[in-house]
Amino acid sequence: MELSANSQAIAYLVSAVLFIFALKGLTHPASARRGNYFGMAGMAIAIIATLLGSEVQSYGFIIAGVVAGAVIGSVLAARVEMTAMPQLVAALHSFVGMAAVLVAIGTFINKQAAGLLNPVLMGELSAGIIIGAITFSGSVIAFGKLQGLISGAPVNFKGQHALNALIALVTIGFGVHFAMTGSISSLVIMSILSFILGFTLIIPIGGADMPVIISMLNSYSGWAAAATGFTLQNNLLIIVGAIVGFSGAILSYIMCKAMNRSIINVVFGGFGSESAGESSAAAEAIQKGVKSASIEDAIYWMEDANKVIIIPGYGMAVAQAQHALKEFMELLEARGVEVKFAIHPVAGRMPGHMNVLLAEADIDYDHVLEMDEINPEFPTADVALVVGANDVTNPAARTDPSSPIHGMPILDVDKARNIYVIKRSMNPGYSGVDNLLYYQDNCSLIFGDAKEVCEGLVTSLKGGGH
Amino acid sequence: MPETLVALYIFVLACFIGYYVIWGVTPSLHTPLVALTNAISGIVIVGALLVTGLEEASATAEILGFFAVLLASIHVIGGFLVTNRMLSMFKKKDRK
Repeated sequence: MELSANSQAIAYLVSAVLFIFALKGLTHPASARRGNYFGMAGMAIAIIATLLGSEVQSYGFIIAGVVAGAVIGSVLAARVEMTAMPQLVAALHSFVGMAAVLVAIGTFINKQAAGLLNPVLMGELSAGIIIGAITFSGSVIAFGKLQGLISGAPVNFKGQHALNALIALVTIGFGVHFAMTGSISSLVIMSILSFILGFTLIIPIGGADMPVIISMLNSYSGWAAAATGFTLQNNLLIIVGAIVGFSGAILSYIMCKAMNRSIINVVFGGFGSESAGESSAAAEAIQKGVKSASIEDAIYWMEDANKVIIIPGYGMAVAQAQHALKEFMELLEARGVEVKFAIHPVAGRMPGHMNVLLAEADIDYDHVLEMDEINPEFPTADVALVVGANDVTNPAARTDPSSPIHGMPILDVDKARNIYVIKRSMNPGYSGVDNLLYYQDNCSLIFGDAKEVCEGLVTSLKGGGH
Repeated sequence: MPETLVALYIFVLACFIGYYVIWGVTPSLHTPLVALTNAISGIVIVGALLVTGLEEASATAEILGFFAVLLASIHVIGGFLVTNRMLSMFKKKDRK
């Protein structure tokens, strides 16, 4: 059976509509899974319509590639830990970037053999290769940072931005030259420079800015698909690429807004680079007098409270404390305590990271509230329990105009009656800014690993408390 | 209107669809959103199939295409399955 070009086009249209429904499904957790099935259906239709079309005639390499890819993909998806989601996403982004580069080069070879090259097509090919290559090497670096293979600290040196701008200009220059002349050496140099550019663009960005970077690379992978669509004159790729590209761009915007920083500032900023002062800041903090508390102290306030708000952060993810927290929540609820979770938009290493971890621990999403919803509730909370979050709770963002994080929207933890912060050490958060919250009279710190402390809370509460 | 211009029209209009659809996504599902858009951007597999499956494709193009198909398949399958795994965790709590 062979599909005519028109039937194929209709199938692609159906597929594009299904993808839009897929994203629409994510409007609410209840419809989200159905949305994902729409996405799968859209993809299946697109692939089948392509295979049945007149352009695809030899299947050997395709079957080998799809089978091997399906096996690797399913193993990856089944094995990955939920805490490792950011890494997985970064790795997948790199694949799509590389695939876009390979497709562009393959298209060039095929069209050249057929004598169908023209400057517009070659310009589109260049765009595909440049975006794809930046997505690839940028994602590899992001993966390395998330996985801890390379330092998550921002790497800055003098003239960095000038160097990046220079590489970008030269890359585009070679791209234009390639489009005008079809010079293979220009194509090769452009490709290599694009890979280097992805590397130099992402390396200066610190680990805590990862939510923005993941979103940005998400966006790039979409643009790479759209550029591929232009070269192949395939409208499905253009539509899908544009939607994904915009999705990533909007997420980047939301994340930046949640940090009160512009995207330019994140990309070029290298926030927290003055980490040299860290140890002295910590020593200073202890001198200033921070109260430390035991697990029993915290239980004393929480066991008979009316309302407890838990604020999870990256520390919870690192320690895998979500399951212990869930148990703790149930014990408190059994005692008639109202328990809620407060999520800051940039908590964790990717957008919505905390929500997924809490969902993994089987915590009802009705208990999990976003910043704007939960902030009015802090003044009525008896206890705010901060688990591995830092900068997003710092009242300096509201009160101290000289603070580097001034103006950043924060969780109003400081307004709760009692505050307990579970923390490994006195080190400041990634911003390097001292958290004023810790010096409040009603705030105490419980030092230790988030998981161990939460398990301690559970044991203590089970023991009947006081 | 030349084909490239038609493509540009489609591209720009699709950008608007993306803009409005994405703003509707609830923040608690942002990680699944990244995973799902990630899977969907695996649509480059269509490009990979077209390059690899061309009857007159040279050996070089076929090998490049093979790797493109491989990477894109990992991407598509892995992306959708992991999204599904994540969303199933959100789903369980509906029973309560």
